[in-house]
Amino acid sequence: MLFTSYEFLGFLLLLFPLYYLCPARHQWKLLLAGSILFYFSAGPSCLLYMLGVTAAVYLAAVRIGDLAREQEELLKAGGAETDREARRACKAAYRKRQKRVLLAALLLSLGILAAAKYVNFLIGNINSLVRAFGGQRQLGFWDLALPMGISFYTFQAIGYLIDVYRGVVPPERNFFKFALFVSFFPQLVQGPISRFRALSQGLYAGHRFDAAVFSRGLQRMLWGFFKKLVLADRMLVAVNAIVRDSGRYTGAYVLAGMLFYALELYADFTGGIDITIGVSEALGIRVRENFLRPYFSKSIKEYWRRWHISMGAWFTDYVFYPVSVSRPMLRLSRFARSHLGQALGRRLPVYLSSFAVWLATGVWHGASWNFVAWGLANWAVLMASQELEPLYRRFHRRFAVRERSWFKGFQVVRTVLLMSALRLFDCYRDVPATFRMFGSLLTARNWAVLLDGSLLNLGLSPLDFGILAAGLALLLAVSLIQRRGSVRDRIAAWPYPLRALLWFGLFLVVLFMGFYGIGYDKSQFIYNQF
Amino acid sequence: MAAEKTRSRAWARLLLTAVPVLLCLFLLQRLVVPKYADTLPEGALIGAYYREEKDHDLIFLGDCEVYENFSPKVLWEEYGINSYIRGSAQQLIWQSYYLLEDTLRYETPDAVVFNVLAMQYDEPQREAYNRMTLEGMRWSPAKVRSILASMTEEEHFLDYVFPLLRYHSRWSELGVEDLQYMFRSKSVSHNGFTMRVEARPAENVPQGRVLPDYCFGDRAWAYLEKLTALCREKGIQLVLVKAPSLYPYWYPQWEEQIEAYAREQGLLYINFLELTEETGLDYATDTYDAGLHLNLPGAEKISRWLGRTLQEQLSLEDRRGEEALARRWVEKIAAYEAERDTQYAALAAA
Repeated sequence: MLFTSYEFLGFLLLLFPLYYLCPARHQWKLLLAGSILFYFSAGPSCLLYMLGVTAAVYLAAVRIGDLAREQEELLKAGGAETDREARRACKAAYRKRQKRVLLAALLLSLGILAAAKYVNFLIGNINSLVRAFGGQRQLGFWDLALPMGISFYTFQAIGYLIDVYRGVVPPERNFFKFALFVSFFPQLVQGPISRFRALSQGLYAGHRFDAAVFSRGLQRMLWGFFKKLVLADRMLVAVNAIVRDSGRYTGAYVLAGMLFYALELYADFTGGIDITIGVSEALGIRVRENFLRPYFSKSIKEYWRRWHISMGAWFTDYVFYPVSVSRPMLRLSRFARSHLGQALGRRLPVYLSSFAVWLATGVWHGASWNFVAWGLANWAVLMASQELEPLYRRFHRRFAVRERSWFKGFQVVRTVLLMSALRLFDCYRDVPATFRMFGSLLTARNWAVLLDGSLLNLGLSPLDFGILAAGLALLLAVSLIQRRGSVRDRIAAWPYPLRALLWFGLFLVVLFMGFYGIGYDKSQFIYNQF
Repeated sequence: MAAEKTRSRAWARLLLTAVPVLLCLFLLQRLVVPKYADTLPEGALIGAYYREEKDHDLIFLGDCEVYENFSPKVLWEEYGINSYIRGSAQQLIWQSYYLLEDTLRYETPDAVVFNVLAMQYDEPQREAYNRMTLEGMRWSPAKVRSILASMTEEEHFLDYVFPLLRYHSRWSELGVEDLQYMFRSKSVSHNGFTMRVEARPAENVPQGRVLPDYCFGDRAWAYLEKLTALCREKGIQLVLVKAPSLYPYWYPQWEEQIEAYAREQGLLYINFLELTEETGLDYATDTYDAGLHLNLPGAEKISRWLGRTLQEQLSLEDRRGEEALARRWVEKIAAYEAERDTQYAALAAA
């Protein structure tokens, strides 16, 4: 059930009234039933994967919680007589047992993810290696359909489990409530990756209908539909034309495709998240923001703090920190400091931990080498930028341009171009092809096509380009206003007829200019595939 | 008290918003749906039926081989048979069946003539043709079933309920016709018949390509059986015809199957392709597109032959003596002749 399908809208039309007519204490049960139905529509086998992850994490979290309670009771029973050493030993023993449970559940959950998503990638690579060494035997591929949103809900469940292990949240002992946390339908397919502490309260609490809150949710959904159907799917036509005929569209076309794809991806992903947040808001549930105007970032580092925030935070909390303070890493750091000097010794663990994070980020995005290359390219750019920091500082000491608006503009454009260039790995989905396309930027020398009307042959009419230009201008204006606060809050202060007219106008724009229905590719959200 | 006041104000506001919004959406929907007036008039054929007085003796069902090849005016003028063609472009057999169900909501004719070319299709074909047949139908269980039976994979039922969703992108190609016929329809046929007066001889008609299987599909057979059963149940005499179009090719194997079915069911079957001499049809002068469809003289020739046969074999009543009906036909014939004259004049001027 795509967010942009009639089925989804029908599903919401049924769910919303039922939800608010339902007694408050039972609302979460209705949400769980709705979420299961939503996911079931993607195929019963998908539900099995999710059930596997949910059960594994639930049981492990409860066990970890039980062990913590046992340990506490044991220490309490021993009272003050228990000496410090014995207390420490008791804690260590229980920690070890908790760790074992944690690792088992992690292995199982990640194993399910790996089996569903990566096993064929692995088989393909093994086969290539065997062929490269002259071998004949080839392994058969597994006939597996990738369950929708598996990376999102697996990571969300794992995050919760680690939080329980760390004692940040108590384990949820009601299996069905926990199942709702994992399966909450608006964020099931493309995130954001929520934390239990932030989401659970809203999920399990009862919500009374509030017209203002409900309509705010609908407004947010409408904005998401505008981004997805009017902008993203329109740009997709041009992107597909360029990418699918890479032999013909080289040089300046690659530049155009790179920018189109950057905008398409932004409109697609943020549009999907707007719908997610809007649906949740209409249900009275707050879901964290996942974007903070990322294309206004002045550096790559800042960009990754503002793009897919929940994923970045997840990798920081559950991969970067644990890896950087792990025993082998500390040992390596000590070794590096003594053998390679203080400066490099201090930086080495950070670089290696970042490497692990970006490798995982790449692999998380998809089971293919282009995503690995994309992740590592991001890592390389970030590390290079960090290494060049002293140079930047020297430059800024000498030239006082940091606060000049033209320089800020330059930084923003530079960041957008750099990030868009890296996205080509994602766009062409083929590492050698991506490098060839990069190369053609320098060799094709066809810059005239950017101005001579050739771009009008990419499947979009001049009218489509006009709609895109107007839509992107609107997007930019909204982003600029957002810097000073919520746009919807501002609109809410307008007289009723005026704001009703505005929202209805936006609705008509989506209705008439949206790419949906027969004759248009039913394109799913890009992040659904991850 | 205050809460009640707030609540009633909220309801009033909702109502005041919903009414203009729905009205606006209705108007916009009327604006963007195709009008099938001057462009693609075939799309208006099915809907025109509902503006008719419904007391027909004979109903034709089928595709363009019916609505371009048989003239109800000749049947009336020469035999007093009051007939109507419920046909549209590439009308599939299940669409014909459900159109008959729909027709039976209003009237029960004495006879139904079904053109068997539609037997060649066993699956939904093209959305554009579906639209032309289905959109004109009034809402009824028959229409719902017809839509469900006809939809291609990419189609959605909701698009038929709210055509605005289907035609939303037409806003950029709206023309004068869309405003002109927003609330009215243009008369595009003569009891479902569309005429063309020009002539283009049938030369080099291609032979049919070899098919992997010449058997009609199960679905097509099932609907032919349903059609036969429905006619039998309602006391309607079903006549199967193959119009004299030379293309699409009518295979001998198809002919055998239909002949056998007609024999088995005791139905009258007329293959006009084998009656060229009897009907006086001349493919050098009686077709406007080299054998695919008949022009006006061609259509009138075979209608004359069909009328005589139907009167002889089905004993259809001559109703020319009915005053009210005859009055209606005077108007219809005037419109028919006016269009014929206009077309001939335009042809002469060209």
